[in-house]
Amino acid sequence: MGKTITEKILSAHLGKEVSAGELIEVKVDVALGNDITSPLAIVEFEKLGVKSLFDPDKVVLVLDHFVPNKDVRSAEQCKFVRQFAKKYGVKNFFDVGQMGIEHALLPEQGLVLTGDIIIGADSHTCTYGALGAFSTGVGSTDLAAVWATGEIWLKVPQTIKFVCSGKLNPWVGGKDLILHTIGDIGVDGANYMAMEFTGEVIPKLTMADRFTMSNMAIEAGGKAGIIAPDEITLEYVKPRAKREWRMYSSDSDAEYVESREYDCSQIEPQVAFPHLPSNVKPISQVGQVEIDQAVIGSCTNGRIEDLRLAARVLKGKKVHKDVRLIIIPGTQQIYLQAVKEGLVEIFIEAGGAISTPTCGPCLGGYMGILAKGERCIATTNRNFVGRMGHKESEVYLANPAITAASAIAGRIAPVE
Amino acid sequence: MKLKGNVFKFGDDISTDLIAPGRYFHLRSNLQELAKHVMEDADPDFYSKIKPGDFIVAGKNFGLGSSREHAPTIIKLAGISGVIASSFARIFFRNAINVGLPVIECDTTDIEQGDEIEVDLEKGCLTNLTKDTKLTFSMLPRVMTNILQDGGLIEHIAKYGDFRLD
Repeated sequence: MGKTITEKILSAHLGKEVSAGELIEVKVDVALGNDITSPLAIVEFEKLGVKSLFDPDKVVLVLDHFVPNKDVRSAEQCKFVRQFAKKYGVKNFFDVGQMGIEHALLPEQGLVLTGDIIIGADSHTCTYGALGAFSTGVGSTDLAAVWATGEIWLKVPQTIKFVCSGKLNPWVGGKDLILHTIGDIGVDGANYMAMEFTGEVIPKLTMADRFTMSNMAIEAGGKAGIIAPDEITLEYVKPRAKREWRMYSSDSDAEYVESREYDCSQIEPQVAFPHLPSNVKPISQVGQVEIDQAVIGSCTNGRIEDLRLAARVLKGKKVHKDVRLIIIPGTQQIYLQAVKEGLVEIFIEAGGAISTPTCGPCLGGYMGILAKGERCIATTNRNFVGRMGHKESEVYLANPAITAASAIAGRIAPVE
Repeated sequence: MKLKGNVFKFGDDISTDLIAPGRYFHLRSNLQELAKHVMEDADPDFYSKIKPGDFIVAGKNFGLGSSREHAPTIIKLAGISGVIASSFARIFFRNAINVGLPVIECDTTDIEQGDEIEVDLEKGCLTNLTKDTKLTFSMLPRVMTNILQDGGLIEHIAKYGDFRLD
């Protein structure tokens, strides 16, 4: 029996063949923490009394959720992480000015590579599956244990295969494919399992679209959201990598728990209604939904390709008078690129507000909190009760083009 | 390990945003304070109603969403002795074990708000004292019971320097 890409990556790291269902203890290539999850991990790590990190060069710390510091308490938390990075010699520490939203930043900086095992104390760590890596989110205590031992215990997951065929419609991208998928299988449809995206559509997707798909695997409960590496992956990884990478793909006779096929020619831009990412409707069936705010950014859709899409829609247009449009480039490099390409000018002329990189509004942190009864369309990843602010506010999830078009129309709208 | 208390019943897909709302994250360095807001978007008075030992009982996919460990931690700090659900989201489940909060997966359809229940973690048995019924649940993987028995993952690693998978 053949193996899935997930089984191959885990087997290669273990130095022995393993299959779905086995409990393993495996070495990791990268251990990631941020300003929310690291402080708790630091406290737990220091309880262990070990003198050093397993390998400071494999530890990455990114301050991204509440920076530039939202308030005194965030400032204290960031200071705590900053001191830890210094004390333990963590070179891959990213502070204001260099930082970006972690899951946009790590691939951009070549810190996570094809074939890696990456463990991150952030649920969207599954993003790097787009590189053909095994990458999954854990909590702070698991991260602390990785810092100490360099290893994590895992159950080798079963895999659901998604076969995406057909041709994409205009303004349909990775966000729509993954929202459609979550709508199909539900928010626990892939619980404990790896999702593997295949089919003729996938090799044609940009890395940005692939990152968006892998990023939201967790919204279906997925342990990983993996895409076999190809020429496009290599083109992305090669100029960035400072160490070796390894390419794996699933065998034709690999065992899948299930295979689901989608004719992507039938998929319109998707909108997830409150309060679950699975509550999706095609844009043609949205009806009249007026909005107060639109957010373009996050680890899901804050990449340069996403900003270009939004700019194409916003160019020469004005944001509706009753809508606040907030645009958050994912990293400093993306921000700079957006300035150079004239995208920032388009956004400001349209009436949008631009922020430095931050997770900010996505998790109801700051930079765009919603009041009672307010509605927001966002390119983010979650629309749970109270996610972006008041428990009676509402979040609708969509791709960057639809979000921009909605900001202009004042209601959820297709691109004209 | 035997646990006994009354039931607070919730529905399906209880997210970590509902358990530990992001808007209170300025309290994340003061977990006891954050615990006062546990599940408040689902039940505004929840914290004040908890008696030590009580249970949260829910439907499917409890704890979906963010990896924030604050979610199981504040449930534990609020005095809840365990969470019983028909299924759990993966990261929440790991986190709960790692912080020493018992999580039990079984059919919760017939457990109701206010029921008094007793859970025997070693025997995999749940007794509904109010309804005089019994349920069995499958035991956790060995590595997880080891971690729970040691009081959490850090205590487990401190003891063995490693994970005990079997």
